[in-house]
Amino acid sequence: MEPLQLLQSRRTFLGRASAGIGAIALGSLINRDATAAAPIYRPMGAADIVVRPRCKRVIHLYMAGGPSHLETLDYKPKLAEWDGQPMPKSVTDGQQIAQLQGQRNNLKILGPQHGFRKCGRSGQEICDILPHIQTIADDICIIRSMHTEQINHDPAHTLMNTGTSIPGRPSMGSWLLYGLGSETQNLPGFVVLTSVGGGQSQPIASRQWHSGFLPSRFQGVEFRSQGEPVLYVTNPDGVDRQRQGDVIATVRQLNRLGLQTDYDPEVETKIAQYELAFRMQMSVPELADISDEPQSILDMYGTKGADGSFAANCLLARRLAERGVRFIQLYHRGWDHHGGIKDGIKYTASLVDQASAALVTDLKQRGMLDDTLVIWGGEFGRTPMAQGNGRDHHIKGFSCWMAGAGIRPGLTYGATDELGYAAVEKTFHVNDLHATMLHLFGIDHTRLTYRYRGRDFRLTDVSGHVVNEILTS
Amino acid sequence: MKRLFYLGLVIGLLFGGNVSADDRVHFGSQIKPILSDNCYYCHGPDAGQRSTDLRLDLKDSAFSDLGGYAAIVPGDVQASELVRRIQTDDDDERMPPPDHRKKLSATQKELLVQWIAQGADWSEHWAFQPPVQPVDPVVTNRDWPINFIDDYVLARLEQEHIQPSSPAEWRTQLRRLSFDLIGLSPSLEQLRQYSGARDTPSYEQIVDRLLASPHFGERMAIYWLDLVRYADSVGYHGDQPISVSPYRDYVIDAFNQNMPFDRFTREQLAGDLLEKPTRNQLVASGYNRLGMMSAEGGVQPEEYLNKYASDRVRTTASVWLGVTLGCAECHDHKFDPFLTREFYEFSAFFADIKERGLYDGSHQSGKWGPSIEVPDEQLPDLLRPIDADIQLLQQTLVETPDILRARLAWEQKVRHQNFNWQPLPPSSFDSVHKVTSQINEDHSVSIGGDNPNENCYVITADVDHDARAFRLEVLPDAALPKQGPGRAGNGNFVVSEFIAVGGDHAGKRDELKKAVGQWPDELKSQVIALHQATATIEQTAGGERHPDKKWSAASAIDQDQHGRSWGWAVLPAVGKPNEWVAQIAGDSKADGTVTFVIQQYHGQGSHTLGRFRLSSSPVADAVANPFHGLPLEVKVAIDLPRGDRTAEQDKTIADHYLSIAPQLAEARNKLEQLKQQRQQVVDAHTRTSPISVSVPPREIRVLPRGNWMDKSGDIVQPNVPRSLGGKNWTGPATRLQLADWMVDRRNPLTARVFVNRLWRMFFGNGLSPVLDDLGAQGQPPTHPELLDRLAIEFMESGWDIKHMVRLIVTSQTYRQSSSLRQDLADIDPDNRLLARQSRFRLDAELIRDQALHVSGLLVTRIGGRSANPYQPAGLYRHLNFPTRKYQASVGDAQYRRGVYTHWQRQYLHPAMKTFDAPPREECTAARPRSSTPLAALVLLNDPSYVEAARAFADRVLEQDGSNDDKMNWIFLTAFSRPISNDESNLLQKLLQEHLAFFAEHPEQAQQLLSVGQSTSMSAAPPDERAAWTSVCRAVINMHEFILRK
Repeated sequence: MEPLQLLQSRRTFLGRASAGIGAIALGSLINRDATAAAPIYRPMGAADIVVRPRCKRVIHLYMAGGPSHLETLDYKPKLAEWDGQPMPKSVTDGQQIAQLQGQRNNLKILGPQHGFRKCGRSGQEICDILPHIQTIADDICIIRSMHTEQINHDPAHTLMNTGTSIPGRPSMGSWLLYGLGSETQNLPGFVVLTSVGGGQSQPIASRQWHSGFLPSRFQGVEFRSQGEPVLYVTNPDGVDRQRQGDVIATVRQLNRLGLQTDYDPEVETKIAQYELAFRMQMSVPELADISDEPQSILDMYGTKGADGSFAANCLLARRLAERGVRFIQLYHRGWDHHGGIKDGIKYTASLVDQASAALVTDLKQRGMLDDTLVIWGGEFGRTPMAQGNGRDHHIKGFSCWMAGAGIRPGLTYGATDELGYAAVEKTFHVNDLHATMLHLFGIDHTRLTYRYRGRDFRLTDVSGHVVNEILTS
Repeated sequence: MKRLFYLGLVIGLLFGGNVSADDRVHFGSQIKPILSDNCYYCHGPDAGQRSTDLRLDLKDSAFSDLGGYAAIVPGDVQASELVRRIQTDDDDERMPPPDHRKKLSATQKELLVQWIAQGADWSEHWAFQPPVQPVDPVVTNRDWPINFIDDYVLARLEQEHIQPSSPAEWRTQLRRLSFDLIGLSPSLEQLRQYSGARDTPSYEQIVDRLLASPHFGERMAIYWLDLVRYADSVGYHGDQPISVSPYRDYVIDAFNQNMPFDRFTREQLAGDLLEKPTRNQLVASGYNRLGMMSAEGGVQPEEYLNKYASDRVRTTASVWLGVTLGCAECHDHKFDPFLTREFYEFSAFFADIKERGLYDGSHQSGKWGPSIEVPDEQLPDLLRPIDADIQLLQQTLVETPDILRARLAWEQKVRHQNFNWQPLPPSSFDSVHKVTSQINEDHSVSIGGDNPNENCYVITADVDHDARAFRLEVLPDAALPKQGPGRAGNGNFVVSEFIAVGGDHAGKRDELKKAVGQWPDELKSQVIALHQATATIEQTAGGERHPDKKWSAASAIDQDQHGRSWGWAVLPAVGKPNEWVAQIAGDSKADGTVTFVIQQYHGQGSHTLGRFRLSSSPVADAVANPFHGLPLEVKVAIDLPRGDRTAEQDKTIADHYLSIAPQLAEARNKLEQLKQQRQQVVDAHTRTSPISVSVPPREIRVLPRGNWMDKSGDIVQPNVPRSLGGKNWTGPATRLQLADWMVDRRNPLTARVFVNRLWRMFFGNGLSPVLDDLGAQGQPPTHPELLDRLAIEFMESGWDIKHMVRLIVTSQTYRQSSSLRQDLADIDPDNRLLARQSRFRLDAELIRDQALHVSGLLVTRIGGRSANPYQPAGLYRHLNFPTRKYQASVGDAQYRRGVYTHWQRQYLHPAMKTFDAPPREECTAARPRSSTPLAALVLLNDPSYVEAARAFADRVLEQDGSNDDKMNWIFLTAFSRPISNDESNLLQKLLQEHLAFFAEHPEQAQQLLSVGQSTSMSAAPPDERAAWTSVCRAVINMHEFILRK
């Protein structure tokens, strides 16, 4: 019997995913598996699902902790006038409040702690603590009408990443890999990098880049700045590349021998995975080694080398993007300014400002900004009310910016009220961000679904609208 | 053609396929899934989504007269509006509408038409009907079946004209059985026994031996712990550790004891409500408290109480009922007959559980809610000698005549002390966070109003004599929680700093609230320095991390050098008066107006003062005096003449004196040391475990759209969904009644769900393959009658789990070969018809176990604290509150089975996670089984696996014989089968190459041999050990190593 004929089960499996989204995902070698207990894909015709894609990858600069929109992207002159005044009760009554719960009846307004200026030809208003981002004002679109539902860090991150606050759902990078696969053969398709500095370092859970109920091959892989860049990518002590290669080659031959007597397509998958693992052991260190970058580039990002700083991570993000990684997420934990916001946010901003701007500029000069979406923002904003000399968590209105891949540059979209409290004009929910992002990949967010526990789940849960006004035509 | 069609029936139309006119369409497996998936969204149970009266989930509605016509007219295709609507080309009329995401395929339309033509036979959803005892089918091949399972499986196969597979080779059977029942491969001894010519144990004997093994419970627990989302950390935000391992041990033990599943159910859902619950039953009741919890500052407690409550509904409905009741939290269920109201009624069963939305950890025992202490079995033996010593010493601490004489002399002195404490009437009171204050007749201050987490009081008072000491009395008050004196829920408070400043500084609270170091110089210069603070009680609970090991009086004048959350506190002495005193340093005196600043910056749980009084004393050594600071009851007794005291009062004084008598100092010190030693032993051998404690239930309302801030919904009482029977309980039903209902014979789901999941363990997939949804959107079982038969057998056996396992694994169906078959590849690729066994990868925990097992490193002890296998450094660096550093376990604990691995929800051990172990934030009924390059990296490079290979190699080198013999031994140990020549040759080649290499590179050999903690006893040369380690690494990385076939 010709063993390959038995590959039927895989063929049937692919057949079931008939040229649909599952098949695309399966086509990506790095993330392949085809297990006996393979989940049921609900495929849609490929032509049906991807329509006019403008974006190939995302770099999400995740300002974790809740950056104050009032000291970054949302200029509120009235707030300065009313500094120290009592917060009108009509605004805050019946609204959720986090740490200021005890002072519900004694809330005072805190004016913007830093100045703003109009920047570039577009005249977008950006805070002076972000002088480099001010220089790319004409490349970015500022959203001032974001809102979310979760007022504490952990569930708010979960909502930002998975579209809902209930743990266990896939994160957006996983959805993209599931929908589109990856363009790299040697690296994971969804990579996470982290840095710290500034306000108190709120914890961040690995569920934020987990694949939830999607197969685990779609999960984000963390690149670490200390120790091994990827867990277990380094050979054991005393084992050099040649010896490791010998072991892997022997394993491959042994597995092949087994195929002759007892055919199992799963073994083929396994053999491929070991080869990829071996390649990753080579490509990951090569990626992480930035010694081939010219000094001018290092200076532009403001980094000396791969030191785990946000600046170094931005440079790595570009290298990952160049190598075909689909979703790159950079967390910077340090925006939780409950107290001392004036100096605190200025310091945190100084850690991310230059590199954020450099990344956009660098992508642009390499022609990559056209198909790379850059998102800059946090899980929520901060109150116009003072918490001592800081600000509390806030969900009714906050800001972010986006650039590249069909996003209309130089546009300020939406607005909060005069106090910077609630998004009132062209409100933009977290799920709208997801819907718009998927749209840029040519995917209808209502159709990228996965059947789990009897329900077709999607990244945007039960809501989400594509916001066409922020897109170039 | 005929054959293919039957298969279509079986597989629930996964592949579509043609519809043949003479075959009967089955409503449950063919029609209902189409209606559910395409129509229920608008014509289903969700009242909020229906824009029409027509419901296609209810027979009455679907067949009813809609005004001269009906959606479905049984037997009459022409008259059925549904047929017209699905077939029309008119966009305005077509169903599902053109803008709906769902579209019917041609086959689906054909099926619907044919079903109506055949009379539209309608039956209710299979899983919501109680199982019915079927008649066992008759098969042609009567020799094949061993028990009734085989009758059903074979009958279906014969119907499809498919031959079952022959039994697997005996070694494979033994290995499969061993993996499935205890999660470990058979030992060489067991292999030998089974292959022996004489005294070979029967297959059934081996099954019984494995079922009796204590490892059976470990293997079964893995699946249960996934369902109930057992973990060693709380999950939300800081993901702090929590001790839950006694619950895990309870589960292992319950499976080992073969606890009937109905009892297992009652103990977990309501162990605390049983009559005189045992410790184990209380530990079991911890089930209700295994969900995620938060200690994130700024959490709105009510919001989180609701999060915890819905998590409990999702989990409990999934664990026992296999339904997605959680979907009904915000809207009526779209596909199954569950209303939003029923979601909240179900939630109300758990409304009596004592818990908090926000856990703050103000003291350790209450950190994560109610818990129970579980001593290790050996603890009494360890304490016996210490307790004997303590008893001996205590016998020397008695009041001898000498000591009585000394005591009476001491009493005399005490009585003559007069510290002349004078209460200070406050002339002003101010606070940083606004509260209400009232100055009482006894000059004490009572605080009310807002109850902030922290506060700073500023009191001015006139001191009209030269004060040399100050006193702060904290007083009980009926208006305060637990009668005060503090405003925290437990009556406690924390005075983090007590500052006295000369002069009147009322109104300067914004400066005074800061640390003294940050005060303006002119204020700082007037601070009255205090020292020698003492108090009538100093709280020790939760004080372990302070250098004083307690909430000491001194820490209220330490200028917050240990952090501002520390200070003086009094637990457990709430509801009583106590006092704190401090001496003015040096020769200074205070006179005139003094401003007292009482900073209370513990920062959590409103630990501020509720009632207190200030006094001063002109006595120079008021505080330093050894007679000061007597406990109140001693002071009261001493002030009475001896004749007027009760015997009890006299004993109070005597006991107190024994605790301070200088003559007894040595004995007391020794006793103190012994007690500390005892406590250390107790701490090291006692674990805590969360439990359920029943309190008056909180009000449960229907929350519109799940919004916890919307209080407009109805208040509901506990009940179970009507579609599952509903109940008319008299009075509010309890968790115990819920448990009884779960295991009631009439409950259609519990037994089916359990046996269906059991089936997956032994065949790789459930009879109904969607393990967590037996509802309309799940998949109907391939063998519905077999599932019912098993469910009934399970209930009638007295919910006997081992009986069910024995039935399954002794069946002919189970014993088949798992080899893939050409003839099945196209028609049954997922092996739903069971014409062969399935093969699948081992679970994450078992992969670890297998490596440790073959290497001889595995520690086989059952139960205990969770263990920390090696883990890459820095994995926890994103955790905070507090920051954490992972410490790998040392010694035996490093080599424990995977089921004992510390389960950190936010950062699960990477080897576990890579092999699909879930983080257990939510209930998991079926783990995926993935194959990724990351998994290859784990087996290649994780030190646990490298060390296992190294230890395995040492075992190999102990074996006699040639290298070929050694290779064969490796294969027998690792794969329970002999090695082939080709395989041996490949490994020999690797061995020789690496022998040559490591001989030339001894330092590399040494490095490889140093991976891991274990020390090697091998006398073999390092190059040989290293080369054999390479061989063993290759073996551990083979596909077969982690495959159960």
